[in-house]
Amino acid sequence: MDTKANIITKNTSREDFLVQDEGRKANINEFKEGIKDGIPIGLGYFAVSFTLGIAARNAGLTVFQGALAALLTNASAGGYAGFMLISSGGSYWEMALVTIIANARYFLMSSALSQKLEPELPLHHRFLIGIDVTDELFGISFARKGWLNPYYFYAAMCVTMPFWATGTALGIVAGNILSPRVVSALSVALYGMFLAVIIPPAKKNRIVAGLILLCFIVSFIVSKLALFKAVSSGTQIIILTTAISAFAAIFFPVTQKEN
Amino acid sequence: MERNIYIYIFIMIVVTYAIRVLPLTLIRKRINNKFVRSFLYYVPYVTLAVMTFPAILEATREPIAGALALITGILLAWFGKSLFQISISCCIVVFIIEMLI
Repeated sequence: MDTKANIITKNTSREDFLVQDEGRKANINEFKEGIKDGIPIGLGYFAVSFTLGIAARNAGLTVFQGALAALLTNASAGGYAGFMLISSGGSYWEMALVTIIANARYFLMSSALSQKLEPELPLHHRFLIGIDVTDELFGISFARKGWLNPYYFYAAMCVTMPFWATGTALGIVAGNILSPRVVSALSVALYGMFLAVIIPPAKKNRIVAGLILLCFIVSFIVSKLALFKAVSSGTQIIILTTAISAFAAIFFPVTQKEN
Repeated sequence: MERNIYIYIFIMIVVTYAIRVLPLTLIRKRINNKFVRSFLYYVPYVTLAVMTFPAILEATREPIAGALALITGILLAWFGKSLFQISISCCIVVFIIEMLI
């Protein structure tokens, strides 16, 4: 793999050998940690994408088509919505619209993630990171201290993307090969990870702790309201995220230091 | 009209990528507006929290297994366990509970 060979950042000159070497070591360390954090995500992805594969199969996609779509979109709700649209024979415009709606939360996440990237981070890194801003990779990236090191992100991508694609492909080949019990157990891996990301900061910051509790309560109430039954879960997430984050931003503005 | 599955997939890929990459490439500076900064600071916590609950109860075959996984996850995260340990423990809890039920 030449990833490790490419880790020397551009703006270092030959005289900066020591600095370069340190940077390289830091990148390798970040890469290793990315792999470690990527494994549980990969397992969760495998379970989720398996059911995505079943949807793809019902939409008439071949294994190759399903794996291709999974590998290059890395989206669960977006993938489902897209496959549903294919099976119902919607227009290309509808496909674009459905994809925007189902994935709109990534727009919010990427905006938040943009503030986690070093302002000088070259454009090619931004284009690569953009491939895989998923709920999970966004979550673990956010839990990193300081600026996000792109190599941490790439490692997580390398570990998780193959799981997502092979899970989808397997779902198409053999819809019910994995016992429902195993799928059920694996499907909470992703939620476990979300908790691992949001709970430790809540321990240190009472506002965040209160906010998480508020989110649980509001999200629970909304899930029971008939009014929201017609709204897709992706849209529910966007509405709740925007409303609650705006509420928190108004009443508990963050001072510069806290970032 | 006969539609091509590859064109559908192509649209999915391009639109999904655009949604993710535009903010990353267009917002390259530190945002100084206090409201926007605060908003973006809270987004991750809020979005991950609303995605977790009550969805975790519906992800498992038995809601009680999901609820116990939630409690396990919160406790382990509170006591500083690693992401991997927390995630795997949640899976094990669900597996055991659903086996007992």
